[in-house]
Formats: sequence, C-alpha cells, structure tokens
Amino acid sequence: MAISRIKTSSVLQGFPKSRSLLAGNTAFSPGDYESIATVTVGSGGSSSIDFTSIPSTYTHLQIRGILRTTETGATYDGNLVRMRFNGDTGSNYTMHSVVGYGTGYFADAAANVAYMEFARTAINGNGSSMFAVAVADILDYKDTNKFKTMRTLSGVDLNGGGRVYLSSNLWRSTSAITDIKIYPSSTFSFVQYSQFALYGIKAGA
Amino acid sequence: MALTYDKLATTTLGSSQASVNFSSISGSYTDLVLVSSILGTTSTSYSPRIQVNSDTGSNYSSTYLYGTGSTAGSGGTTGASFIYIGQLTGYFTTGEPGTFITQFQNYSNTTTYKTILSRGNNTATDTSAIVGLWQSTSAINAINIQFQSGTNLQAGSTFTLYGILKA
Repeated sequence: MAISRIKTSSVLQGFPKSRSLLAGNTAFSPGDYESIATVTVGSGGSSSIDFTSIPSTYTHLQIRGILRTTETGATYDGNLVRMRFNGDTGSNYTMHSVVGYGTGYFADAAANVAYMEFARTAINGNGSSMFAVAVADILDYKDTNKFKTMRTLSGVDLNGGGRVYLSSNLWRSTSAITDIKIYPSSTFSFVQYSQFALYGIKAGA
Repeated sequence: MALTYDKLATTTLGSSQASVNFSSISGSYTDLVLVSSILGTTSTSYSPRIQVNSDTGSNYSSTYLYGTGSTAGSGGTTGASFIYIGQLTGYFTTGEPGTFITQFQNYSNTTTYKTILSRGNNTATDTSAIVGLWQSTSAINAINIQFQSGTNLQAGSTFTLYGILKA
C-alpha cells in the first residue's frame, strides 16, 4: 500500500507505520535526459565555448545552442562554427554535410582536417536580433572501442536568405570524450545572448 | 545534475480537424520540442505548418532542404504568415503518418527573434530539414499546427510538446 501522508491518528488506528514516505511507494526513477552545463555569452563576447570534465555517467551527449558571431563583412553568410574534442588539434577529423540555401543546395566533405563542423551561424552583418540555432548529437561518447561520431542539424534564416545545414562528423579516436570546444572560424567571437547547453542521455537498463 | 525533458501536453485527434493548438505554454523551460505524427489523405499534398502566439501577420520566413528519392531541392519563404515544419512534395498515403520534430530554442527569451529548426518526413514522398524565423522578440506562449490551405489533420494524428530545461 502506498503511503501518501502520515497522521498521528492513522498510526494509532493501526495503519502501517514507517519512518520513510518511500515505503510502499513506487521507487523514484530519475530522468534519462539531464542538463550537465550551460554557457551563456555575456556582454563582452566569447572566442570559444568550453565544456570540460564531462562526466562519463551517460551514454550519449547532446548540445543545443543559439548563436551569432561578430563577423560584419557580409550581409548574409552562414559562416561555420567548429568543434574539437579533448583539445585534439591534429588532423583527426572528417565531415560530410549538405546545405540548403533557398535557391539551391550543395554537399561538402573534408577528410583529415583539424576540426569538425558544428553549425552555420548568424553574424553581426545580419539583421539585428537574428540568431542561428543548432542541435548536435554525440553518440557513445565514452566508448573506448570505437571512433566518435556526431550528427548536427543547424540553420539560420534571415527573411530572405538562409542556410539549413545537416552534417555528420567523425573523430578518429577511441578515447572517451571529456572536453568539447566550440569556436567560430577565423578570429570572430560569439556575441552576447549566444547560449550553449550540454545534456547527457542515458541508455535503458 | 538537473533532470529535464518534461512532457508538457499531448493530444491525439479523435476526428479530423483543421488545426491543433497548444496554448498557455509555460515560460519556465529553455527549449521546446514538438513531436508530431500527422495523418493526411491521398489528396493531401500540403505541408504542415505552424504559427505562434496567434500571429497571422507576415512575420515568418524559412529556408528548407528536401530529398524525394530521385531529386533534391531547396527553397524558402519570406514575409510569410507561417513556418513549414516539413516540406512535402507529394500526397500522403492513407495510414502512413508523416513525422515532424520541431525545435523551439530559447523560446521564452525576449531579446532575440525566434529561430526554429524542424525535420520532417513523409515516407510516401520525401524527407526535409527546415530553419524558420519568427521576427518577434516576444516569448512563445502558443503554437498552432495546421495544414496548408485548410486541409484537415486526420483522426489519429498525435502531437506532443516537451520542455527542456538547461542547468
């Protein structure tokens, strides 16, 4: 019998007595999708986003972001934002992508490069208040028997031009992922209100 | 660690109807995820679309990418009164739902315009990815889903809204 509350009179009348309200109740089951950390860029901007000391208690990771960079040279660009794992700056990454830009599309690929592609982004050359968004899934991030793969969906729309972007990325390492760096290409920075949230996803028992 | 990914509301259509509306959406989450499994008819070639906060103005735009199995394409809208959540090029097949997962990130912030990502599939026709813009800094508190041109969403269609909370 589940116990939802205890009254002195109930105990005195012979109802089951326990020191814990957990007794007889369904066990609490924590969720399988947990927030690990969030970085929100302040007024000074940020040249990169770093998630460090990522716990190994999950099966998969997901990063969800809204982003915009300081680039001003173009009214419309959809520049790339890059990613690295565990501080690895070697040419150990591979990517494939397909991009739609409204009047056409293209596919891209790169092998033996020093970064992955996280997202296409809005820039300061775009209209004010316009931000890109991205969702990236990093599968089996702690599995030391396989290389690491990541898929992304991202995009920016400017009410006249835009980029929607699908990519797959490979890091040729069997190391567990403990650190993730996200950074704009070239020397640009993320602007205020950009935000990146890291989540952990657990597999079923 | 903060536990998050809460089901906020769900609905299954008992009969066909023109639209589904989620209203009074709590602003206490970071992102929303709308999972839609939509049934159409063999004469339903229309793509599903959304409006937010009952805004029927020309404040939406989108860029999309799709593949039909034999061709790929890209297109977009500007100054539109909706955002497609899937770009479909053919008819629905009876009993075969189209599936659409739509992301509303930082939906409750009042600083930025809202950019929305969606992946849509209709196994009978094509698969697509869409990015949409709602030119408003208002927090999103209502979402309306409908087919283009008044075609009804069919009985058995399901819609579930989730909230994700950052740390």
